[in-house]
Amino acid sequence: MTATIQTLEPIERPPTTMGSRLEGELMEVSMGPQHPSTHGVFRMNVALEGEIVRKLKPVFGYLHRNHEKIGENTSYLGSMPYTDRLDYFCSMTNNWAYALSVEKLAGIEVPERAQYLRVILAELTRLQNHASLLGFLLSDMGAWGTPLMYAFREREKILDLFESLSGSRMMCDYMRFGGCRVDAGPDWMERAKKIVDLFPRFIDEMENLVVGNEIVIARTQNVGKLSAELAINAGITGPMLRACGVNYDVRKVDGYGFYPRFKFRIPLGEHGDTYDRLMMRALEMRESVGILKQALEQVPAGPIMNPKVKIRAFRPPVGEAYGRIEAPKGELGFYLISDGGTNPYRYRVRPPSFINLTVLEDLCLGHTVADVMVILGSVDIVMGEVDR
Amino acid sequence: MEPLEQIKARIEAAVPGAKIDIVPNPGPAQQLSLLIDNEHARAVARFLRIDPALRFDFCSNVTGVDWLDRTVKKTVKVKKLVDSEEKEVDETTEEKIPGYLEAVYHLYSMIHKHGPVVIRMRTTDRAQGARLPSLTSIWRSAEFQEREIFDLYGVRFDGHPDLRRILMWDEFVDHPMRKDYREPDDYEYEPTPHDDVLERAKQHCASRPQLDGAEKITDAVKG
Amino acid sequence: MIGTGILKGMAVTARNFVGSYFEKDRLITVQYPEERNPLPENYRNFPFLPYDGDDPEAGLRCVACKICEKECPPQCIYIVKSEDKKPDYMDKPQFYPKVFNIDISVCMSCQICVEVCPFEAIKMDKVFELSRRERFDALLLRKSDLAKPNEYYHSICPTDAAEVDAKLAEAAAKKKPAAPAAPAAAPPASAA
Repeated sequence: MTATIQTLEPIERPPTTMGSRLEGELMEVSMGPQHPSTHGVFRMNVALEGEIVRKLKPVFGYLHRNHEKIGENTSYLGSMPYTDRLDYFCSMTNNWAYALSVEKLAGIEVPERAQYLRVILAELTRLQNHASLLGFLLSDMGAWGTPLMYAFREREKILDLFESLSGSRMMCDYMRFGGCRVDAGPDWMERAKKIVDLFPRFIDEMENLVVGNEIVIARTQNVGKLSAELAINAGITGPMLRACGVNYDVRKVDGYGFYPRFKFRIPLGEHGDTYDRLMMRALEMRESVGILKQALEQVPAGPIMNPKVKIRAFRPPVGEAYGRIEAPKGELGFYLISDGGTNPYRYRVRPPSFINLTVLEDLCLGHTVADVMVILGSVDIVMGEVDR
Repeated sequence: MEPLEQIKARIEAAVPGAKIDIVPNPGPAQQLSLLIDNEHARAVARFLRIDPALRFDFCSNVTGVDWLDRTVKKTVKVKKLVDSEEKEVDETTEEKIPGYLEAVYHLYSMIHKHGPVVIRMRTTDRAQGARLPSLTSIWRSAEFQEREIFDLYGVRFDGHPDLRRILMWDEFVDHPMRKDYREPDDYEYEPTPHDDVLERAKQHCASRPQLDGAEKITDAVKG
Repeated sequence: MIGTGILKGMAVTARNFVGSYFEKDRLITVQYPEERNPLPENYRNFPFLPYDGDDPEAGLRCVACKICEKECPPQCIYIVKSEDKKPDYMDKPQFYPKVFNIDISVCMSCQICVEVCPFEAIKMDKVFELSRRERFDALLLRKSDLAKPNEYYHSICPTDAAEVDAKLAEAAAKKKPAAPAAPAAAPPASAA
C-alpha cells in the first residue's frame, strides 16, 4: 500500500463513505440471539473491518417450530389459533389472511358486517403494530423507554378493545371461515370510535418526538438505503417497499375485503432509507385512522357468520389457493392445497418479515455496527413469523 | 392479464424447446399453474420477468410441495359393443404416479398490478439429491425461500448462491416437511396423552402396568 | 437551528409528565393483587365443564362424544367414555365421561372445544391465577376440578349463560313430548 494517511484531516465524513482505515483481517462478530435489539432470537454473523460491516449473514431458526407441518397435521379450523402465534403482534391480520385463503379455497362468501369488522380490526392492528414499531425503533436508537412507553400506552388501549371483543389481548383467534366469531356490540363500537378519535393526538406527539429530532435524523437519514429495483426484485413488501417509492399496496391492488369502499391514500417514500421507513409508519397510521373512521361510520347491521359453513369436519373441495393480504409488516400470504380431507395437504405461510430480511445484508454493508440495529429495527421483524 | 393459454403459447414461441403444461386446479379459487420443464426453467422465468406485457417482476411466494407415490383412479365412459349393441360402460383405469417434489412460485407484477401466475417445477423423483434449477438469479426474493425448500424438502437448487440449511441447524440430517418424515423418538412426558402420543407414551412406559390411560401413565412416570 | 427538534421532543415529554398527574384519561397502574380490573365478559382462559343442579357427577352435560378431544388443536383433552349409561339432566340415559382431563400446560385457550361442542357442555373459564409449584400433575385438571356449577357460569358470563339456558330449555321442551315414544333414545353423539 502506498497511500499516505492524512492525519491532520478532521473526520467529518458520513459512515457510508468512510474509507477503510484499518488494515488486516476482518473480525467476525456474532450479534444476537440474546441481543435485546434483535426483536426476539435473531442472530447475525457480521464480519467487521474496524466498525464497518463488510459482510452480514443472518442466522434463523431459533424460534423454529415447523408451523407448516403443524398446520398440515391439524384441521383447517385448528390452524386458526396457531396463526395467532406467527406474528404475535398482529394476530388479527394473521387470522384474516388465513381465513381469506381458506375462503378462496372453498369458495365461501363473507357477510357484509363481518367484512367491516375485519377491516376495523385489521386497521386497529396496523395502528398498534406501527405505534409499537416506532417505539421499538427509537428504543433501538438509544431513546430508552420514553417513546416505547408512549407507544405501549396507545397499544394498551387497542389491546383492551381486542380483549373485550375476542377474549384475549394478543392471541385473538377471532376470525372464522365465512365470518367472525363474536359480534361487536354498540358499546364496543363507541369505545373504538373514542380511541380512534383520540389516536391522531398520539401520532402528532410521536411526530414531534421523531420528525425534527436531530439525533434521529443523524442516525437514520442516508442509513440503509434501498433502491426500488432491488426492493421489487427481492420481494420486499409493506411499508419497507413503499418507502422506496414503489406504489404497491395489496389493499389497493387486490381490493380484498371491503377496502375498495374506503377512501385512503398510499403514503410513499422517496429515498428508501431508514428515515423514510420510519416516517412511512407514522403516515400509514394516519391513513388507517381515516379508514377506521369511515368503517366505524358505515358498519351495517346483520349476521357475522355465513351459516353455510360447517364448524365440525370442514372439508374444502380439492384444489389449491393462494390468498394474501396487506399485513402491517408486508404481504402476508397463505398457500393451501386441499386433497379433500379435513387437513390441508400443504399449508404454507408467506411471512413478510422473513422475506424482507433478504436484503438485510445489502442494507447494512458499509455502515457501522450501531447502524445495523437501527436498520434491523426499521425492517420490522417478529421472530414468531420469521422462523415459524 | 392475458389468459394462461396465451401466456403458454407466447412462452413456447419465445423460448424454443420449452415444454409447458397447464396444471388444472379443480377448486373454486381457479388459480391455474404452468408446469415448466427444468431445462428451460430459467429462460422461461426470464421471459416472464422481462416480457413487456407480463412483467412479472415480483416473485411473492416460493414453496415446496411433496407428492408421494399415488394411484389415480380414472373412470371413463367407453362405448363398447355388448351383445352386438352399443352401450356406454364405465371403465376404470388405475394410473400409478411416482412421487416427486415440486417447487411452486407465485408471480405478480408490480408495474402492471396483475397476477398471480403460478409456475411449478418438478423433480424426477423424491431421492435425497433431487435437483431443480434455482431462480434466485431472476428473482432475488427466492433466495431465502429456496434455501427453505432445500432445508425442509431436500431439493438442491442448481445455481443458488448460498445453499445452506436455514431454519434447521446445520447438523440436522432429515428434511422435516417431507410427508414421510419420521419424528425422532424424543418423547416428552405429557399428562394427557392420546392417539399416537398415547402410543408413544405406552412404549416409553411399557414396563409399568397400564390400567386406564392417562392417570396410570402419570403414576408410572412418577414411579 | 440545531437543537429545536430535541427541544420540541422535550416539550412533548414534559407535557406527558405533567399529564400523567393531571390528565383525565391517564392510565394508572393497578396495584394488582390488592386491586383488580374487572375482566371483560368475553375474556377466556381455560375450559371448564358446567353442570346443572347440585351434583357435579349427575348434572354434567358432557356425553363423552369426544368431539372436543378430536378437534382440540394442541390435543390437550383426554376423555374416557363410560361403559354404562346414566340419566342426564333431562332424565335421558346417556354415556358420561369416566375420565375427563385437560392439560392446561398444553391448552392454548383457543376456545375451539366450546365452539364444536354440540351439548353446551364445555365453556371457557376466567380463572387465571393458576401457577403451581409442579410442572406436570398439578397442571392436569381432572373432572372434579373442571366441573363447576351453572350458577358459576352465570356469574362469569351472564349474557352467554342466559342464552345457553334458554337454548337448552327450548331443546328440552321440544324433546319432552317425544320422550315417551322413544324411551331409550340413541345417544346423539353420532349425529355430529
